[in-house]
Amino acid sequence: MASGAQRRIKSISYAKYGYLFILPFFLVYFFFQMWPLINTFIVSFHGNGKNVEAWVGLQNYKDILFGGTRKVRVIHESFFQCLRNTVILWVGNFIPQLALSLSLAVWFTEAQLKIPGKGFFKIVMYLPNIITAASVAVLFLQLCGQSEQTPGAINLILYKLGIVTRDPGSKLYDCIPFIDGVWQSRIVIMFIQTWMWFGNTMIMLMSGIQGINPSLFEAASIDGASSGQVFRKITLPLLTPIMAYTLITSMIGGLQMFDIPFLYNNTGTPKDHIKTVAVMIFQYFHAQADENKMGYAGATSVLLFFITLALGLIAFYLTRDKDEIAKKKQRKKIAQQAKRESKQFGGISI
Amino acid sequence: MSDNMKSVYGNVKDNYSFKIKLKSGILVLWFIILTIICLLPIYILVINATRSHTDIANGLSILPSDYLKKNWSTVFTKPEFKLIFSAFHGYKNSLLITVCSTFLTVFFSALTAYGIHVYDFKLKEISYSVILLVMMVPMQVTSAGFIAFMSDLKLTNTYWPLILPAIAAPGVVYFMRSYMKSSFPLDIVEAARIDGCGEFRTFVSIAIPMMKPAIAVQAIFAFIASWNNFYTPNMILISVDLKQKTLPMMVSALQSSDKLNDYGAIYLAIALAIIPIIIAYVFLSRFIIAGVALGGVKE
Repeated sequence: MASGAQRRIKSISYAKYGYLFILPFFLVYFFFQMWPLINTFIVSFHGNGKNVEAWVGLQNYKDILFGGTRKVRVIHESFFQCLRNTVILWVGNFIPQLALSLSLAVWFTEAQLKIPGKGFFKIVMYLPNIITAASVAVLFLQLCGQSEQTPGAINLILYKLGIVTRDPGSKLYDCIPFIDGVWQSRIVIMFIQTWMWFGNTMIMLMSGIQGINPSLFEAASIDGASSGQVFRKITLPLLTPIMAYTLITSMIGGLQMFDIPFLYNNTGTPKDHIKTVAVMIFQYFHAQADENKMGYAGATSVLLFFITLALGLIAFYLTRDKDEIAKKKQRKKIAQQAKRESKQFGGISI
Repeated sequence: MSDNMKSVYGNVKDNYSFKIKLKSGILVLWFIILTIICLLPIYILVINATRSHTDIANGLSILPSDYLKKNWSTVFTKPEFKLIFSAFHGYKNSLLITVCSTFLTVFFSALTAYGIHVYDFKLKEISYSVILLVMMVPMQVTSAGFIAFMSDLKLTNTYWPLILPAIAAPGVVYFMRSYMKSSFPLDIVEAARIDGCGEFRTFVSIAIPMMKPAIAVQAIFAFIASWNNFYTPNMILISVDLKQKTLPMMVSALQSSDKLNDYGAIYLAIALAIIPIIIAYVFLSRFIIAGVALGGVKE
């Protein structure tokens, strides 16, 4: 063990390397992420369109949250519509996704079951997650085509199954509007999101289950617990932290949902009923120079930031290193005790 | 043991193993259904890439046709396609951006994690806490300020804003630090110092080789994330030539496909964007699955 003096010498001579090594990270972080974040706040206090330079204070927030004149009410309504869409799309993909991944994770880790090719199934189920989301959106746009003369693959399958009908005279298909329909298109997007993410969630939950002490499962199996009981009384309670983490990260990811809602349309402009907050921000700062809504984009981003921050803090709290905190407390205690003892002996340590 | 007991015991045992077998059988069936759901869209994509427009419009097929060559020439020579889609420029640009940013991500994340792990300095704990805190701030939140700042610097329509921010990847730093905590003893650094090795050289020639597993996993994830990124390029490369666009941007241009009016060729173009990454996945899947289990990396 190094004594206090030795440690001090070491820290004097090498501390500068510590700063030097972490410097690039913090420089780049400040330049490309921190400053843009501050800049977003600044932009959110400025005007829109030609007034981009003018300071308007909290006007943008007031407009978005409470509405006002007719021109502004459109933005107010659009924001809450987008927020609602985001929540609907997220809830509609998270619930089936969690149910599916949790059941799969439990089955994959159950020792008694003899399932051949577990590795293969895992690899296949994770596959959709690595494909470019933009390509997936365009692919599903093709598969879900609703044109009357030339429907997409899904409508053709439904035609074969007898669900979609075809007019015998004009030979036109009576397609299900998977792209234009309000709930149909939402369901397709929920399906795509579930399809892309259930493999990832499954593997995370599996690693969580494998982290549970196996002797607990053994004891339960010796006591004759059914697999349902094992799941309810052991797996689920011990898996709560990692499930909470999955929930929060998925929520943050859901708030950013952009690629698929943005691209899932064949007109070039996203439909109102699947527009998410991220799409709205993107459209606002991407409009033509004179019509841009930079101020509104900034204010919406700031609102999104605070929601994300709250969720992130919860995730941080749930995943902090508990051992490290306990160790730190112990170290503090020892230090205090040593101090007290040294006082007892008149300040001379022994 | 009486005969009675034996028969009861035997029955229970048979019953138990029968139950297990039945459950396994049902589960395998369910897994096969899920496998089909996972692969079906990709399968239809590949099959339709080899079929003609009229075939696709008239119905489905489970067997490939012989239209691949025709579709190929349509994608690469027809003016409507040439205007919005150029696979090889897409590959080149995506690869350039992805390789550079992947390298920067893993190198500087390892450097940062090493700096925090090995050295004792006043701001050590604070800087690590900051990194953990900012891990969750998504790009979408800072994008309005980011684009305003980049256009002030006249960096829009260049690759710099797509490559340089990769140096600061908080999630990767967190992963590397956790890895170093468990498998990088500080005695090695001491030994290198005694042998007269410089601090930076210790990092490059001792720490990096020791962290190879962590670096490999994170490199794969950084590569996939950057390759699939559509949001940032779409935001930064506003008015560039087709030759400078990334692959996801080109694919996204196919969405308003009414003008193109050739389904076979559209499917082929999407397939050209998706297939390379699937091939890479088939080879690297073992590492990827292990990596997800280790780190829980979410986009």
